[in-house]
Amino acid sequence: MNTLLILGAGTAGTMAANLLRTKLGDDWSITIVDRDNEHHYQPGYLFVPFWMPEGRVVKERDAFLPDGVDFVQRDIARVHPDQRWVELADGQRLDYDWLVIASGSRPRPDLVPGMADGSLWRDKVHEFYTLEGSVALRDALADFHEGRLLVHFADQPIKCPVAPLEFTFLVEDKYRKAGLRHDVDITYVTPLDGAFTKPVASETLGDLLRQRSIRLAADFAVERIDNDTQHLVSWDGRELPFDLLVSIPPHTGAQFVMDSGLGDDLGFVPVDKHTLQAVDHERIFVLGDASDIPTSKAGSVAHFAAELFVDNFLAAVAGEPMPRSFDGHANCFVESGRNQALLLDFNYDTQPLTGTFPAAGVGPMRLLEPTRINHLGKLAFEQVYWRLLLPGKRLPVPANMSMAGKNEP
Amino acid sequence: MPTNTLNGHTFTVDDEGFFTDPDQWSPELAADMAELIGTELDDAHMAPLEFMRSDAAEHGATPTLRRMHATGGFDIKELYRLYPGKPVKKMAWLAGLPKPTGCV
Ligand SMILES: Cc1cc2nc3c(=O)[nH]c(=O)nc-3n(C[C@H](O)[C@H](O)[C@H](O)COP(=O)(O)OP(=O)(O)OC[C@H]3O[C@@H](n4cnc5c(N)ncnc54)[C@H](O)[C@@H]3O)c2cc1C
Repeated sequence: MNTLLILGAGTAGTMAANLLRTKLGDDWSITIVDRDNEHHYQPGYLFVPFWMPEGRVVKERDAFLPDGVDFVQRDIARVHPDQRWVELADGQRLDYDWLVIASGSRPRPDLVPGMADGSLWRDKVHEFYTLEGSVALRDALADFHEGRLLVHFADQPIKCPVAPLEFTFLVEDKYRKAGLRHDVDITYVTPLDGAFTKPVASETLGDLLRQRSIRLAADFAVERIDNDTQHLVSWDGRELPFDLLVSIPPHTGAQFVMDSGLGDDLGFVPVDKHTLQAVDHERIFVLGDASDIPTSKAGSVAHFAAELFVDNFLAAVAGEPMPRSFDGHANCFVESGRNQALLLDFNYDTQPLTGTFPAAGVGPMRLLEPTRINHLGKLAFEQVYWRLLLPGKRLPVPANMSMAGKNEP
Repeated sequence: MPTNTLNGHTFTVDDEGFFTDPDQWSPELAADMAELIGTELDDAHMAPLEFMRSDAAEHGATPTLRRMHATGGFDIKELYRLYPGKPVKKMAWLAGLPKPTGCV
């Protein structure tokens, strides 16, 4: 009997369990561990402050796990890679032959002085990367009718790095529709030197901010939040006043990864970016946000990676060379307000470009351009997530990126 | 790729002037480049550049300010004093590394 242990039953862990259960024979047992039985559709956190009912983002984890996979609901304490066992918080021991780490990343409001420890936390200082946070922000927006609103993210990497920008466009739209746009001053505050990391998308998204009269504060490295004077303060001494601050804090990997000495300084596990095998441990693969691969931390990336991972995993187990190479493919819809969205498609080597993107059924979608079809695509992602992505079904999009339809810069 | 020449040294750069090949860098070249932005490269200025180069060689990415602090042990205020304005950008440029955008 061989034992596969999966740590984390979120997007990546659930996909891995579904894909591998069909591929591994009866001589394999599969166990998956998570601390609770609530699977959250995290992209929904973006919409909860505006319209999505909070209950809609939560479903039971075990409903998405296949028969033949044991679900252990416990806190994970530590991995002992040399003896190949995992220690749970209650002291229980789980041995493994092969390990998949899929424990994701977590926002750390405790890492920004004056955020989680400040008097204005969840009152005038908010985030929307947790369900609790997006519900609190929904209530704060309902009472906010005039003043200075800052939307900020602290540092890379964060999950879905376009979400702060999406929130900015959506909140602008909300106040425009309410006829209050002149009373609400909106600034997008970023550590990058423009609206996005890569030039073509940065220009397009920067233009969009200007068209909507949203200010841009770039190159802003946050030092602290001053709760007494209500300022966001940067290391170079800039102080931005706010009446409402929406700030996405830096992220780290899971605590048990850090405690096991498996992570880099942010707790992300170093892997070969093409095979997803841990650099220092050949019996460990890392799927989803938990690894250090240099691409977006996004469900779409986990999905594309999972397809290749399965073939590589099966080869590794059989002692054969791994056949497939992941290119960092990411595909993100960016809500831009006015019931429109942009579509970004990119990988390790190719930045998001303009052009068209082939999508079966709906015809080509415009890349890097706000359209209604893209917005519908974003909304449809919710059903795609629960019905296709988690069960490990194929999406009508190839795992590695294609240049078809893209305009070279 | 555009090419730059400075005091007899030739190196390839991206559109914004950042090195595309860290191996074309040398401390002498950095000192010459520093003069262009009115900085004198004493030991205090060199220390973060050296950390950046070794960290980037090991991890394949230009370190962020947070990483300079957390892993390199540098005081962030001090880095702003040494390289006013945009410290990480200036340091990456002087260290012959790609622009520190982090990943997408
Ligand atoms: C606001 C927001 C918007 C987003 N929008 C998009 C989008 O539009 N498109 C997109 O593709 N992606 C989006 N994402 C990103 C996407 O949700 C994540 O990238 C994806 O969920 C990562 O999957 P994962 O399996 O790596 O981590 P997760 O799904 O977070 O799962 C990790 C699991 O590990 C468990 N775990 C961790 N530590 C322990 C422990 N010690 N003991 C037990 N269990 C543990 C956790 O409970 C969790 O269930 C968004 C994210 C946010 C926050």
